[in-house]
Amino acid sequence: MSQYLLSTYIVDGAVPGGPATPEEMQAFMERVATLEAEMDASDTFVFGGALHSPDAATVVGSSDGDVVMTDGPFAESKEHIAGFYIINADDLDAALAWAGKTAEATNHPIEVRPFRATGRVQA
Amino acid sequence: MTHPVASHREATDVESVFREVYGQAVATLVRVFGDITLAEDAVQDAFVVASDRWPGDGIPPNPAGWIVTTARNRAIDDLRRSNRGRELHELLGAEGALLSPHIEDWEDDGPVSDDQLRLMFTCCHPALRPEHQVALTLRLLGGLSVKEVARSFLVSESTMSKRLVRAKYKIKATNIPYRVPAEADLPERLRSVLSVLYLIYNTGADDPVRASLRGEAIRLARALADLMPDEPEAMGLLALMLLNESRVPARTAEGALVLLRDQDRTKWNRNLIEEGQAIVRRCLRRNQPGPFQLQAAVQAVHCDADSFESTDWPQIVTLYDHLLSLLPTPVVALNRAIAIGESEGPDMALTALDAIASDLNDYHLMHAARGTTLRRLGQWDEAKTAFERAAHLATTETDRQFLQKQIEVLSRHH
Repeated sequence: MSQYLLSTYIVDGAVPGGPATPEEMQAFMERVATLEAEMDASDTFVFGGALHSPDAATVVGSSDGDVVMTDGPFAESKEHIAGFYIINADDLDAALAWAGKTAEATNHPIEVRPFRATGRVQA
Repeated sequence: MTHPVASHREATDVESVFREVYGQAVATLVRVFGDITLAEDAVQDAFVVASDRWPGDGIPPNPAGWIVTTARNRAIDDLRRSNRGRELHELLGAEGALLSPHIEDWEDDGPVSDDQLRLMFTCCHPALRPEHQVALTLRLLGGLSVKEVARSFLVSESTMSKRLVRAKYKIKATNIPYRVPAEADLPERLRSVLSVLYLIYNTGADDPVRASLRGEAIRLARALADLMPDEPEAMGLLALMLLNESRVPARTAEGALVLLRDQDRTKWNRNLIEEGQAIVRRCLRRNQPGPFQLQAAVQAVHCDADSFESTDWPQIVTLYDHLLSLLPTPVVALNRAIAIGESEGPDMALTALDAIASDLNDYHLMHAARGTTLRRLGQWDEAKTAFERAAHLATTETDRQFLQKQIEVLSRHH
């Protein structure tokens, strides 16, 4: 069993393919709820959520014992992560199948990335 | 390299055995060790032992089994000696694979063949970019050295080496499964394998320097067709390659391209035609047509004709109509337009070509076909312009020279 990050992206302030009208939003929420119920039932869902916009981000660095803060996201990019699921899957094919369902439900491309390690680091 | 379409081992030299069993051995060891790099290293070690012993002792009756056994034993020895090995050893020990004393079990054709099929699907997994799929297939299943793979892509050895490392890293990191895909995914996944093999063939067909890739592609297509006898498209691909291959001896004369129209048909390889046509007939009886089978059927019609003029062009147009319904791409439409030119005349061909011209504006064969059609219509200036555009876009030197010649002839006479 492996764990994978499935992520969506915001581009120039908007999520491509995202719902635009209240009716679309309603249908979107229903599709996502169905998807998440399916993920729960198969013990696939580990954690997930939607993030606030990158305008809400702060980068915290450390230099010679001083903590330095910068307003804004880390990456100087038009694209920023908008939301994600962490899922359990047997292998890449299983993860890709969930990504396909997520792409269908959200009308948005999904990046699939495997975890190299999970849980707490053993010192 | 032996004869490019050798179907049976010409069991005389270690090199040819190497080619044939490399992919099988790597495939089996990937299953056993779950690690591609480890499998490759072990198989290479075993071949070093083989090239030492076989010339004196003779080639063993089951070379693949011998290589797998030797490679496995060496890998286990290495693993026992290393730290990483102890972990892996425990992991594998749980499955009992490493501890099994019944090495002979693996020498059956069954498991070894299935392994090769699994490895084909892993190498051609759609999560890998197509050029990586091709490189992995040539390296792991074809047994080409990194240098040879690099040469077939016209890149440096270090570039190719990095590419292969990256592709293998992705397989491992993302846990791409090592298995034949489930029924539901099979059609799409098989298409990916078939296109990789056809791309390898065509790379060898387009460039005389890389001609050996044709033989490699045919060998792999033959293995695939044997492994998946219920997949008519796998048979179709093999037939398509064999029929294309049959005309290779007539395709060039003194290095220059010879069009189908002008080829010396006595130079076509009759054995390959017979084998290819027999497969096409078997596919027709099965009646589950697909893109590769239909393309093979078109080539079978060509190979049936004594001359260009006596070719059954209406039949070819019908096959392209069918192909276009399954695979509605501009390139298929272009081939159909060319066939229409022969069955219904250049006027009809030009209409068909104009309908797709904007989609294929950067494709040299589109402009070559327009040039040929316009020339038949006596529109010399337009024909010359089309050939000039084609020559400008041509991707191989042979094509460029051929097109240049058409331009010269047109300039001289009109």
